[in-house]
Amino acid sequence: MRKFYLKTPMSMDEIRELEVGDVVYLSGTVHTARDEAHRKILDMLKEDDRKSKICELENRRFSNEELPFDLNEGVIYHCGPIVLREVSDEEKRWRIISAGPTTSSRMNDLAPEIIEKYEIRAIIGKGGMGEKVREKLFQRGVYLAYTGGAALLAASKIKEVLNVYWEDLGMAEAVWELEVRDFGPLIVTMDSHKKVFCRGG
Amino acid sequence: MIPKKEAIVKLIKKAVTSVPKDVEEAIKTAFKEEDNDIAKIQLKNIIDNIELAEKSGLPLCQDTGIPLFYIKINPSSSKVEIKKLEAVIEEGVREATEEIPLRPNVVDPITRENRGNVGEKIPIFHYDFTEEDLFEVTFVPKGAGSENMSRLAILNPSDGLEGVKKFVLNAVEEAGGRPCPPTIIGVGIGGTSDFSCFLAKKALLRSLDKRNEREDIKRLEEELFEILNDTGIGPMGLGGRTTVLGVHIECADTHTASLPVAVNFQCWAARRAVLREKEDGVFEIV
Repeated sequence: MRKFYLKTPMSMDEIRELEVGDVVYLSGTVHTARDEAHRKILDMLKEDDRKSKICELENRRFSNEELPFDLNEGVIYHCGPIVLREVSDEEKRWRIISAGPTTSSRMNDLAPEIIEKYEIRAIIGKGGMGEKVREKLFQRGVYLAYTGGAALLAASKIKEVLNVYWEDLGMAEAVWELEVRDFGPLIVTMDSHKKVFCRGG
Repeated sequence: MIPKKEAIVKLIKKAVTSVPKDVEEAIKTAFKEEDNDIAKIQLKNIIDNIELAEKSGLPLCQDTGIPLFYIKINPSSSKVEIKKLEAVIEEGVREATEEIPLRPNVVDPITRENRGNVGEKIPIFHYDFTEEDLFEVTFVPKGAGSENMSRLAILNPSDGLEGVKKFVLNAVEEAGGRPCPPTIIGVGIGGTSDFSCFLAKKALLRSLDKRNEREDIKRLEEELFEILNDTGIGPMGLGGRTTVLGVHIECADTHTASLPVAVNFQCWAARRAVLREKEDGVFEIV
């Protein structure tokens, strides 16, 4: 079994090197996103598309609505953590309590457009994803499987909550920007060469 | 007597920070018997995670589920007022959400507005009226990863046992790694559509060393256990020897024209805890 210790942002050379069955430990920044955050990003993209068409017709300049966080060439973690808000000295801080992966297949239809638009380098989740995701990850990124339910182990590798966005979606559905260190062991179950991990093979 | 709110918080804490001993033992056995490297990594993560939960007193999975309560009570000797009991339990769930903490998981199904962990008709209460001198409250935090894989079929009576086996196998194969295997499979056979679903979930309350008392149903449990582990789905669907830790079947008689079968999945984090009244007003967690 090959082991890789990688840091974000990951280069395409690093991504290309990864093959299904490899073990990855990831350090750097990841963003959590699940059903509602995916929906919201897609709604924003749709709205941008609509506005840009109007601008084109009216010969006006159009600038995209930017996400409040930077997903470009980033890592999406399918996770709805338990987070404790600690208020001390007028400073708001968050502490991750428990943060394992959620079932990725719920995002099968929501993820492809986002992977393409933001050049997503890695998705971390559990249970695997579908054909459309595999195609979008081609020459772009990988799917990394983490052990479902191992939420305290995952939390022990999360060093800091850097920020939170869209808190109105609720604790589980908000986008949490996390700093992780040696997050893993993650198993590559979709690589950037269109290969999918086959159990036992 | 009605337990105090604090006892309910303790019950919830016990449930979400540990797995029952029978489940922990079964996972450790699976680890010992496994020879697939990736499966071993998954099982090792699970075992380490259970240890971390025991040490830290924190929820072992971030999905602290939707709260289910199974209440066993003797209606003729008990003086417990059900409405008051439910109110205390609801208070306990609210407090546990802040204190332990739990993830606020309950939303309005139409607007998706978050309600915390107490909402319209949630927690779900089930009552089992017994003639024994017994009062106990079982808490099950049911996570969505496993619950979302639930299946119901109304088979033709002529499909018979073969049809039942095929349906359960199909459900487990389709679910793959999504319900966080190794899972425990609850199967409800008979009754009506809704009642078979109820039985499938209730079957999951049984500990892994207990088989159905009826010999033919026990044999079906054992046979399905073999069939499901032969799939090779393995821990987290990444391949391996152990796909299920157990199969529990509960049956009810059914209509002569029906054969309802329901499958309910329980992830490896098979959290449950029981609060039992030892003597009047004194409760213990078992």
